[in-house]
Amino acid sequence: MSAVKSTKRKLATDQRRLHPAPVRMMHWINALAIFIMIGSGWKIYNDDVLLGWLHFPDAVVIGKWAQHGLQWHFFGMWIFVLNGLAYLTYGIVTGRFRRKLFPVSLREILATVNDALHFRLAHDDLTHYNAVQKILYLGVMAVGVLIVISGLALWKPVQFSELAALFGSFQTIRVVHFLCMTAIVSFLLVHISLALLVPRSLVAMITGGPALDNGAAPAVEPTR
Amino acid sequence: MAIRMRTPSLFRPAKAIDQSVLHDNRELVQAIDRRNVLRGAVSLGALSLLTGCDVTEADSVQKAMRTVSAWNDRVQAMIFRPHHLAPTYSASQVVKPPRFNAHFDIEDVKPIDGATWKLELAGRIENKTPWTAQQIYQLPEQEIIIRHICVEGWDYIGQWSGPNLRDFLQRVGADLTAKYVYFICNDDYTESIDMATALHPQTILATKYAGEVLADPFGYPLRLRTSTKLGYKNAKWIKAIEVTNDFRETFWSAQGFNWFAGI
Repeated sequence: MSAVKSTKRKLATDQRRLHPAPVRMMHWINALAIFIMIGSGWKIYNDDVLLGWLHFPDAVVIGKWAQHGLQWHFFGMWIFVLNGLAYLTYGIVTGRFRRKLFPVSLREILATVNDALHFRLAHDDLTHYNAVQKILYLGVMAVGVLIVISGLALWKPVQFSELAALFGSFQTIRVVHFLCMTAIVSFLLVHISLALLVPRSLVAMITGGPALDNGAAPAVEPTR
Repeated sequence: MAIRMRTPSLFRPAKAIDQSVLHDNRELVQAIDRRNVLRGAVSLGALSLLTGCDVTEADSVQKAMRTVSAWNDRVQAMIFRPHHLAPTYSASQVVKPPRFNAHFDIEDVKPIDGATWKLELAGRIENKTPWTAQQIYQLPEQEIIIRHICVEGWDYIGQWSGPNLRDFLQRVGADLTAKYVYFICNDDYTESIDMATALHPQTILATKYAGEVLADPFGYPLRLRTSTKLGYKNAKWIKAIEVTNDFRETFWSAQGFNWFAGI
């Protein structure tokens, strides 16, 4: 905890923000892209539903008619993919992923789940992700990659027929793409609820959050 | 939904309203209950306000969206593999009859009389002599069992046969370096494809489905069937083929659907 300084203070040369500017920018660009992709994806889905009982109401879809949903989807995909590639590259090259998301141990996951179930989850330290957070962030990134791959196979099942064949039938690709969306929406429900419950975390994604000493790894010992 | 043209006022139509209908129906007009008109006007006003907003949004947003769509056309042309074959299937997987799809219901299909029908040729083609159905039936036939994928998301496997489009274009002396092959269909429906797709080995002018002459709802006597485009690009009830370098919007692209529509 000693590494955490006031958010108001200017950064010393050997310090960095919890969320550096590129991360914040890419986070919000991604938020916009996801919003476009989900809303327009629901519009496209409505034209030929996979589940008979599930129709997305007009109020929550993007696009008045089918072609508009398609236009938004094939516009949003560029933002989502380019921004996503930039984010993954940044996270790997700067070591941010290694620092913040690894290692993840099964023991730690079980302990965190146990804490959560007993309402003992600590969240006073924004600089440290617990095991469940690590798993969720890693998981949603994997789903993000899979939704792009399945999307490519859906968009170009003939040009990329080798890729499409990995999924089996064309309808299987749709189901995978749909399930990825479901996983992302579920993640967002948790992610947004928790951000609202701990508003400091939301503010940090705008202002950058506390300043950390460069090189000094945030406390890793469990904070309970 | 057609995109409206920009007018001086959002609420003023570009063309003056034809008033002759008022004169022709003078009695009827005079009989209109004023109170009902007033009541209607309230909701009409609200509606026009709403649609007014929609138009503004559609105009500027649509312009941007069409630009992105045109960019996506170019990307799709770039990743198109001219010799890459789409997966084919066995005759036992063929769905019979094929699934009907058009911008109208199957009851509204207007059958073409095959005896008098002729295929007209236009544009950059040397021999523009029209073809009768009988003449087309005598051309060598190619059969493809391929997946039809609709932009809506559904798909089925179909068995199509008819002359290969590349062979046909060569036979009539078409300029194979031209950019587009344009199809003009019954009811002024239009569709066009890029030349690379027209020359793809799995692009045919289909005259038969599952070995039988096409039924009316599926494009009798002649339709396009290509393995590399979404369903709506496969024009049915073709009346004329034009080879051209001029890009023109087609029935669906004019409404905002992607023109290239490759799969």
